[in-house]
Amino acid sequence: MSIGHTFLGLLESGPRHGYDLKRNFDERFGQDRPLAYGQVYATLARLLKNGLVRVDGTEPGDGPERKRYAITDAGVTDVGRWLDQPEKPEPYLHSTLYTKVVLALLTGRPAVGVLDTQRAEHLRLMRELTRRKATGDLADQLVCDHALFHLEADLRWLELTAARIDELASEVTR
Amino acid sequence: MTPVPVPDPGPDTGDLLMVATGLRKTYGATPALESADFSIRPGEVVAVMGPSGSGKSTLLHCLAGIVQPDGGQVRYRHQEMSAMPDAERSALRRGEFGFVFQFGQLVPELTCLENVALPLRLNGVRRRPAQERAAQWLARLEVDTVAGKRPGEISGGQGQRVAVARALVTGPRLVFADEPTGALDSLNGERVMRLLAAAAKDSGAAVVLVTHEPRVAAYSDREVVVRDGRCRDLEQEHAA
Repeated sequence: MSIGHTFLGLLESGPRHGYDLKRNFDERFGQDRPLAYGQVYATLARLLKNGLVRVDGTEPGDGPERKRYAITDAGVTDVGRWLDQPEKPEPYLHSTLYTKVVLALLTGRPAVGVLDTQRAEHLRLMRELTRRKATGDLADQLVCDHALFHLEADLRWLELTAARIDELASEVTR
Repeated sequence: MTPVPVPDPGPDTGDLLMVATGLRKTYGATPALESADFSIRPGEVVAVMGPSGSGKSTLLHCLAGIVQPDGGQVRYRHQEMSAMPDAERSALRRGEFGFVFQFGQLVPELTCLENVALPLRLNGVRRRPAQERAAQWLARLEVDTVAGKRPGEISGGQGQRVAVARALVTGPRLVFADEPTGALDSLNGERVMRLLAAAAKDSGAAVVLVTHEPRVAAYSDREVVVRDGRCRDLEQEHAA
């Protein structure tokens, strides 16, 4: 995720301190991965240097002065461009799982066991996310759904590969 | 509810609600189940998964006493089901079990309220209390607005929620759900599963959930995979 663009998007609704930006970011987008303060201030310094934000004011704090940041016109243009640009779909052509399956076949280990172990792990995580959905708000549900659909795609691949494992075995060991 | 006599306590099944051992079932020359074992605890939701034709539905039908296995046994609360006369098995299905299928389970001539009340009426509950309880279950499944409509007049998602209400209205200990969301889109399937899992949990019912959809299986407490006619608990094997 582009933290810089996300900050710009959040700043469009009004100036904020670094601390508030981090809190907004964590609440909306950082459920499992809250931002480190170092990341926040390094990102703001970069945006400032590139003229995408400006310091809107400073206030005395307990330690150093607290800066309030505002988005510039260039920042608005930049975040608009980012939103309009489609994300490059992940090609998923380099899969550790596929590598493991092939290596298991090449070394005479039980490849179906590799698939089964992964299946159990995927389903465990899917259960956890499903439970989380039950208590979460809509934003949390949608974030979990995004993960669930990807995990489901993996599981379908695991099933398909398990069904074709003999065929694959004869191909890779030929 | 008609009480089902207990013919023989049999081997101790501990706190298990249902235990099946060595189930075999063949259709013509095609073996569907070969020495399949299965167990479920009270209140537990177990997903049964596996490729098409792996025997998932056959397993469910054998467990529910709909199909008689060629070999092996199914014990429900210490009762050997295959040893029961048909009438007792039917009484068990009406009183202790609930069923949700993918299609065609509601009676088209009856309203949704009458459909949900039907299992109670068959169990001898009078019309008014049966309909009152049915109305409560329709509300619980968020389909009280369709109570007076017939199945042909409602959407597929609403129909499945009515079917879930009907499966749970008798207060079963065990619900058999065979691809309950198979004909629904993601959003409706999700809603049916959320409500089914929550309602079963609240009422303490266990659920045998046959599905090919991992996102549906994720509502379970545990997954069993039917492969080569046998049941395997991959997570348990993985943990061992």
